[in-house]
Amino acid sequence: MASSDEPLQTLSEIRDLMQRSSKFLSLSGLSGISAGVVALVGAAVAYLRLNTHTFDYDSANILTEPTRRELYQFMLVNGACVLLAALVFGIFFTVRKARKSGHSVWNDTSKRLLVSLFVPLATGGLFCIALFLQKLVWICFPATLIFYGLALLNGSKYTHRDVEYLGLSEIALGLFSLFFPGYNLLIWALGFGVLHLIYGTLMYLKYDKNA
Amino acid sequence: MLENFNKAFESKARLGIMSVLMVNDYLSFNALKSLLNLTDGNLATHLRALEESTYIKVEKQFIGRKPNTTYAATPHGRTAFDEHLATLERFIKKSEPITSE
Repeated sequence: MASSDEPLQTLSEIRDLMQRSSKFLSLSGLSGISAGVVALVGAAVAYLRLNTHTFDYDSANILTEPTRRELYQFMLVNGACVLLAALVFGIFFTVRKARKSGHSVWNDTSKRLLVSLFVPLATGGLFCIALFLQKLVWICFPATLIFYGLALLNGSKYTHRDVEYLGLSEIALGLFSLFFPGYNLLIWALGFGVLHLIYGTLMYLKYDKNA
Repeated sequence: MLENFNKAFESKARLGIMSVLMVNDYLSFNALKSLLNLTDGNLATHLRALEESTYIKVEKQFIGRKPNTTYAATPHGRTAFDEHLATLERFIKKSEPITSE
């Protein structure tokens, strides 16, 4: 019995090798879940502070200049905190998963994944800073969703396929949000919060639970 | 049947090296080493054998002052590997008794 299993064993090892060498599979579902939770907290804080779920052109214009500047500063700080916390938790869970399964975190595939994520993300970041400086703040919400989605789509070839669908969903939500600016914050929370929760949970159940 | 088996891919290590080079444009010596869990000497021997049969090509460059050697599958190597897989597939299909379910 053992002798007839050996070629099969070799084949499955080789298949595992091919996957592992070309894709970074240590990406943890928990990273997605934590990013979702952090984004929802950030959106809730913004909601309480702004006392509204919209942030369109008109509502920004009725504010006086000092309040508007204060609001913009608040949103920048809030956004930066969300990004930072999501990154810290995301890296933590992924490193933990890689350690547990005995794979390295910093290798050719993770580098390729990071580079392919970084280019669209950096473009989006600069794009949003420009929008911010041009006082087109309401477009920043859909723009972050769209560029994040493009980054995921670009990076998905170096990790689990699910990331591709998450990317496409983010792009769709971002575009939708552009046409319905009244639901800015709500859609942003949906994209960065709820979608991350859904995909994080799916990926956790699919890949992490038994690992 | 067996005469089609490619001797170059006989060992598991070489089959492994070829497999990962099929799905990656190129890999460094160290990347191959950590993926396949081989010793330096062992990996180097297998790589040289594959290079001699022109299935892989070696590129030596310097990144700053550090030498960096990368390995890539040649078109010839890709064809040979595909053929080897096809032979294996045929072999398995033939030897497998009809036991659906």
